[in-house]
Amino acid sequence: MTRYESLLDACGGTPLVGLPRLSPTVPDGAPPVRLWAKLEDRNPTGSIKDRPAVFMIREAERAGRLRPGDTILEPTSGNTGISLAMVAKLRGYRLVCVMPENVSTERVQLLRMYGAEIIFSPAAGGSNQAVATAKQIAAEHPDWVMLYQYGNPGNAQAHYETTGPELLHDLPTITHFVAGLGTTGTLMGTGRYLREKVDEIEIVAAEPRYGELVYGLRNIDEGYVPELYDASVLTRRFSVGTRDAVLRTRQLVEVEGIFAGFSTGAILHAALAVAHEAVKAGRRADVAFVVADGGWKYLSTGAYGGTLADAEDALEGQLWA
Amino acid sequence: MAIEVRIPTILRSYTGGAKVVEGSGDSINDLLSDLDGKYSGLRGRLVTDQGALHRFVNVYVNDEDVRFLGALDAKLNDGDTVTILPAVAGGAFGFAAAAAIFGHSASAAVVSGPGTSVPAASAAR
Repeated sequence: MTRYESLLDACGGTPLVGLPRLSPTVPDGAPPVRLWAKLEDRNPTGSIKDRPAVFMIREAERAGRLRPGDTILEPTSGNTGISLAMVAKLRGYRLVCVMPENVSTERVQLLRMYGAEIIFSPAAGGSNQAVATAKQIAAEHPDWVMLYQYGNPGNAQAHYETTGPELLHDLPTITHFVAGLGTTGTLMGTGRYLREKVDEIEIVAAEPRYGELVYGLRNIDEGYVPELYDASVLTRRFSVGTRDAVLRTRQLVEVEGIFAGFSTGAILHAALAVAHEAVKAGRRADVAFVVADGGWKYLSTGAYGGTLADAEDALEGQLWA
Repeated sequence: MAIEVRIPTILRSYTGGAKVVEGSGDSINDLLSDLDGKYSGLRGRLVTDQGALHRFVNVYVNDEDVRFLGALDAKLNDGDTVTILPAVAGGAFGFAAAAAIFGHSASAAVVSGPGTSVPAASAAR
């Protein structure tokens, strides 16, 4: 076992494990096609977001943008909030998260446990109300610091400096890297590093396709692409629906014993697609994919049991990744 | 060639409320022209005057983003499913709120390459 000075130093360095049962069978004499899971749930707060959270806060400290006692404001109800809350607690900052009041109780409990303060916006107002609330809070507190994970280059740089080198060290024969597309930080950072080091590497994005309620825009011009996104880093991009994500999440725990959140199911779906294509083409493949977090925070959805249709209904209208 | 096309909520005013419509064509470009014949104005919401896919529109053939398959030239086969979605991805709340805080609307945000300055914490101080 390795020894670390503090929990923050124990971020990253996650295991890469083979999936001998989920990897496709190849015909006799054909080159091997293997799947490898990078277990990012083994980070301090249980998700891949610990990497950018630690990195962005350290960067802000180095740049003098964060000083002891400062308040960090981040509108997030997900893993980034939980990661930031842990780092903020250990580094002596106050964290304020803005989120709609209809998020799962696990999220709220975890954030509070790590000492974050939560400002809720009314669920009935939807995201428009949340935006208004966030705007108001920022105007009232111009001294608060926002790290803004969708546009902060540190988010991608964290993966360029850690996730990418770890993967190459553990799997020098890597041919594909598959991860989820949200802020795009994981794919941009890891993808850039691997493209520099590995000829013909394929960088594959798995993007969750939510229920219709989540796409409640009034028109196309209200859409948004994170500032960090650079399409030239990617080789391919898949949209994965709720049903496929749930199916693969269940398969991962049933067949390989890895209990993951639903975004990982979406990522596995894309990883299996490229693995099966390699088998068909008779090409060697070492496909590494990200297990973004464990399934604990999503148990209350009920989507780990019952029929796939029930699970799909349970996740309808939720941001499950 | 019959291609099943899934229409997002915000564009169903063009399809008489239909969620799924059928079209034909050997490429995305052909398909969108075919659909525009039946649902006038639809193509104009997806393709810019310069002939590129609208920045905030994602089109998928059998769940794969056409921007990585030749964009409007992406080939289609009988039985394919095409899905059209607005570009919001996950965490729409997060970036919409972030954009609001920094005083520009979400729709004004642009894709930028590495090294481009971003409205990070310094702007909020």
